[in-house]
Amino acid sequence: MTSVLYDVPGPKARRISLIGSVLGSIIITGGVVGAIVILSSQGIFNASRWEVFVNESAKDVWTQLGLGVLATLQAAGVAAIIAFPLGVALCLLRISLISWIRVPTQVVLEFLRGMPVVLMILFVLLVFATSPFVAVVSGLVLYNAAIFAEILRAGIQSLPKGQREAGLAIGLRSFQSRMSIEFPQAIRRMLPSLVAQLVVLLKDTSLGYIVAYEELLRKVKLISDLEPSLLFSAFFVGAAIYILINLSVSRLAIWIERRGTKKAAGGTAKAVETVDLELGTAGPK
Amino acid sequence: MDAIFESLPQYWDGFLRTLFLAVVSGVIALLLGTLLAAMRVSPVAALRGFSTFYVEVARNTPLTIIFFFSAIVLPRLGVKFEQFEVAAIIALSSYTAAFVAEAVRSGVNSVPVGQAEAARSIGMTFAQVLGFIVLPQALRTVVPPLINIMIALVKNSSVAGAFFVLELFGYGLQLSNSRGDAVMWILIGVAFFYLLITVPLGLLAHFVERKVAIAR
Repeated sequence: MTSVLYDVPGPKARRISLIGSVLGSIIITGGVVGAIVILSSQGIFNASRWEVFVNESAKDVWTQLGLGVLATLQAAGVAAIIAFPLGVALCLLRISLISWIRVPTQVVLEFLRGMPVVLMILFVLLVFATSPFVAVVSGLVLYNAAIFAEILRAGIQSLPKGQREAGLAIGLRSFQSRMSIEFPQAIRRMLPSLVAQLVVLLKDTSLGYIVAYEELLRKVKLISDLEPSLLFSAFFVGAAIYILINLSVSRLAIWIERRGTKKAAGGTAKAVETVDLELGTAGPK
Repeated sequence: MDAIFESLPQYWDGFLRTLFLAVVSGVIALLLGTLLAAMRVSPVAALRGFSTFYVEVARNTPLTIIFFFSAIVLPRLGVKFEQFEVAAIIALSSYTAAFVAEAVRSGVNSVPVGQAEAARSIGMTFAQVLGFIVLPQALRTVVPPLINIMIALVKNSSVAGAFFVLELFGYGLQLSNSRGDAVMWILIGVAFFYLLITVPLGLLAHFVERKVAIAR
């Protein structure tokens, strides 16, 4: 990949690299050992802190964590299912040929993208007095629909011009060409970015913690409120579950990207690598 | 509507604290992220491995979890902070650094192979190739994505409000409790101050993308 930055190492460079590796490992291991020493001085590794995951009350703990995972996936799933069609609709409006439709949509999209998700969740919760679940889902839907719309717009704009021209030439109307020729290709082309955005959506469900939606992190907090000594172990297990879920979805995005597609002009586009998928104004490259 | 004007002092205080969090965490994240990216492309396997591991884990961890760790779990483990701002800065900068590292790395990969080859063929070492030839070019192409990361950082700093820091969102929570009659206006006011930061930054990213970035 970037091996062009340095020569194929000779004996001297190999020695230096080896020494560097060893030194680096020592420093990193030192940090890890230091952390472990601090942790164990707090009694973190006492069996009593962890046996709750295997002894007779384990069932309750795992049930609670399981319910948390379920609530997390439920919020993410419902939000994704609503956000995607809404994103398609917003995208259609955003690329409309009529300027009094296009411009206001652009303003709305900029507004939604410039807003912290947690603020939208709180707004829905307090102003519309909804349940935490509805608030979390609405906040996620508003934000992610805007992002989906931007991703799809970038996808449509990256298609060769001839696709739309051919559609119009065979007598399709603008809307028909969008729906039956451009969107199917844009979605395939941008699939890696769309799936990568699902990771962001999944991560953002944890904002439900702030509005007392009983997702995974809130369950961890509840467990540690009942039994303060379990704070670290419950947190550790909860974080591990979150990371595992997100890593698998990330891997899926990379797999789709590598697999590529022959069904979209131009093939599969690279997933965009950004926080919260801020696309910038030019869209993914 | 009056609620917004009556709360202006709080908004201003929160606005400044949000800016403070974003600037301090942003600078730390930039430094840490560039370092991580350099480790990621270095010839030393242990550094490469560590950087890859860090970036992968941090990018796939929800920010709320990181905040929970630094603001609730760490103090319980004996790492006490005088102010919760410190916990917030640790969380924000360690999270954002991973994204900076990815952006810089893809910038490094976008520098044409010939640049590094030419540098090496005139006898530069790895550090010189990276420091004088590749990174200066890479950093220019990554300016727009970096600005976008900073926009996300500003938005992400709102999570600090839920972990005992009185920045914009924190005041939003507090005010919507005390001014239960005008919740909607209070939150619209908060939203306005966020847009005051994010929209200009977005325009800046757009501008830089067209003007500063080098065309190859």
